[in-house]
Amino acid sequence: MNQIPVKDVTPKSNKGDERYDLYAKREHIYVKFYKGFFKNLRTISGFIMLAMFYGFSWIQWDGHQAILFDLPSRQFNIFGLTFWPQDFMLLSWLLIILAFVLFFVTVFAGRLWCGYACPQFVWTWFFIWAERVAEGDRNQRMRLDKAPWSGKKLVKKATKHFLWIAIAAASAIAFVGYFTPIRELIPSVLSWDLGPWETWWIGFLTVATYANAGWLREQVCIYMCPYARFQSVMFDQDTLVISYDDTRGENRGKRKKNSDYKAEGLGDCIDCDNCVHVCPVGIDIRDGLQYECVACGACVDACDDIMDRMGYERGLVRYTTEHALEGGKTHILRPRLIGYFIAICAMFIAFSYTLYSRIPLEVDILRDRGQLYVEASNGMIENVYTLKLANKSQDDHRFSIQVTGIDGLTMSGASEVLIRAGELLDHPISLQADPRYLERPNYNIMFRVQALDDESILINEENRFIGPVSH
Amino acid sequence: MSAFWGAWVTVITLAVILGCAWLLLVTRRSEPHKEATEETLGHAFDGIEEFDNPLPGWWLNMFIATIIFGLVYLTLYPGLGNFKGVLGWTSTNQWEEEMAHAEEVYKPIFAKYATMSIEDLQAQPEGLKMGQRMFANNCSLCHGATGAGAHGFPNLTDSDWLYGGAPATIQQTIANGRQGAMPPWGAVLGEEGVRDVTNYVLSLSASNHDADAAARGEQQFQALCTACHGADGKGVQALGAPNLTDDIWLYGSTFEKVSHTIRTGRNGVMPAHKDLLSDDKIQLITAYVYSLSNK
Repeated sequence: MNQIPVKDVTPKSNKGDERYDLYAKREHIYVKFYKGFFKNLRTISGFIMLAMFYGFSWIQWDGHQAILFDLPSRQFNIFGLTFWPQDFMLLSWLLIILAFVLFFVTVFAGRLWCGYACPQFVWTWFFIWAERVAEGDRNQRMRLDKAPWSGKKLVKKATKHFLWIAIAAASAIAFVGYFTPIRELIPSVLSWDLGPWETWWIGFLTVATYANAGWLREQVCIYMCPYARFQSVMFDQDTLVISYDDTRGENRGKRKKNSDYKAEGLGDCIDCDNCVHVCPVGIDIRDGLQYECVACGACVDACDDIMDRMGYERGLVRYTTEHALEGGKTHILRPRLIGYFIAICAMFIAFSYTLYSRIPLEVDILRDRGQLYVEASNGMIENVYTLKLANKSQDDHRFSIQVTGIDGLTMSGASEVLIRAGELLDHPISLQADPRYLERPNYNIMFRVQALDDESILINEENRFIGPVSH
Repeated sequence: MSAFWGAWVTVITLAVILGCAWLLLVTRRSEPHKEATEETLGHAFDGIEEFDNPLPGWWLNMFIATIIFGLVYLTLYPGLGNFKGVLGWTSTNQWEEEMAHAEEVYKPIFAKYATMSIEDLQAQPEGLKMGQRMFANNCSLCHGATGAGAHGFPNLTDSDWLYGGAPATIQQTIANGRQGAMPPWGAVLGEEGVRDVTNYVLSLSASNHDADAAARGEQQFQALCTACHGADGKGVQALGAPNLTDDIWLYGSTFEKVSHTIRTGRNGVMPAHKDLLSDDKIQLITAYVYSLSNK
């Protein structure tokens, strides 16, 4: 295989005696406008993502916001379910499952997440679109940046930043709307009557979104994103990657249309650099697979467009696999993929079952400190407990409390309590046992807490009853 | 911190920060290695080469920003040895601010109940719940989560009161505390006397006792104990002297325990809470304690 001639875009390294800088100067990337199949795919997926982000907070459920993370009261409503901090395990498992889905997709199709679903990228394209609306396409933008300041330039730049800030502010408000009911948030934003926390978060997220999608963009993918760093570990030779077919493309070179270029010793690549100009991370795909590549397919679309115009076959730059490029076969079903799939299925089934069988009641029983037992004035042995009962459902319930485990065990303190939706009740009770029945210094006892109106809400919790050491 | 250690910390902290800044700027430009190529820096070790992948420029700016942030922080807040920072921030005054803020938030909630009498509060389940939570935090360590008491700590759920169970009395007990002093009589009575008086005291509540000894003890009881416990041993609430004729015992009802009480005395302390809790809170706790024995 002959060496592909590459154009060096790294800063000039210091031949000779000049000292050189340890830090690279950032090259501004001007992304060219293009059309194509993969762009349409991303437009659709991006729209779905944005619609979900801006829209989900407006869905109502049972008279309250369907998805609301109420931080002050530490209750997280997701449609008909209310989660408490105690349910954190569920969130951990959900994130583990999502991570596995990400691994699965990456093994199969490379960085699909980056190119089509990652918020960083969705917003970046959103901002690039705003940039094009305000300043025009790539060449116009480059000229504008080089041009001296003028009224026209100021208007264009101001328009662009106004659009950026508007989008950023809308995103910030939508985000805060998941923590403060959005139907109350919007009016208070409009009437400039926000609480200190909302003001701070909307301000912070606006600045962060503006800086991130407007200024940082690909720097996040290249220098900050951890996923970009460890994805290579999930790639194998059957993973879909975007690749330039150099056997077909080389030697690249300019030519006239319909010329017999093969006779001149040229390949299909006409060296128009369109694939470089549309690339949002500013790489040349013809140098092979690079860690900066977010697999967005822009170069595929751009190149296919050129191939169509030249009358050549599409797919000089295409989604393919290493095996296929070498002329071999792609093995889609491979142990790694099947293993991930089985793991995802198993975890998903277990997760669904856990969610389905989840009891919206939390019972914690704390023995009183300070005394193992108290001898009551009537000669009974008394143990004191504090029941912490949390009603995690969205309705009020009355609960009955029963204790078993020792003959003649009596309970003082209400054996029926009303707990409102989302309330945590500290319910102190004391148990009395007749010392004549106590053969051992301690017994395991069972507390049974059950909703009176719903038999499925039932929790049995074990604890101990401690008495005197028998003589 | 003494002046020396203050200076020590200051010098080392600033030296490290400025040293980082110096290091950053000195290493910024360097001589190229003689074997540097287009791709590598020319360092190789065990066949591992260092590629020429420079950090982005904003990385450097971020580092400088953290240095500036550090210096600004150390100017505003304490950190440099004995220097207190120009804002005068301390954890104490932050705590005081937060307490004042909490006071502001919760005062109206308490104010709602502050004007009600203890009897009226019995019909306010929310207020009683607040009282219960404060009881759990402040009182239950001694009196138990249910208020049923323990050895040496009175039961608050029965209707037997050492100092009386009127709302105002309970409130006074919580606010100002109580000193339940039973003097030691061992030296006065002698071992025989203690045994006799113990038997007499047990006879008052019809517990197991030796009738002869109790008869001997009655005289001494009348001489020494009636000033507080009353001639009939029914106790005096004004003094907090317990009733000896019922079977409620603060320090146990066995012969050993009662004789120990007589011989060496007891010193029960209910701490005063007026400096720890606001009047509004004591009001609600009183209401809750009152509700325990007045269902």
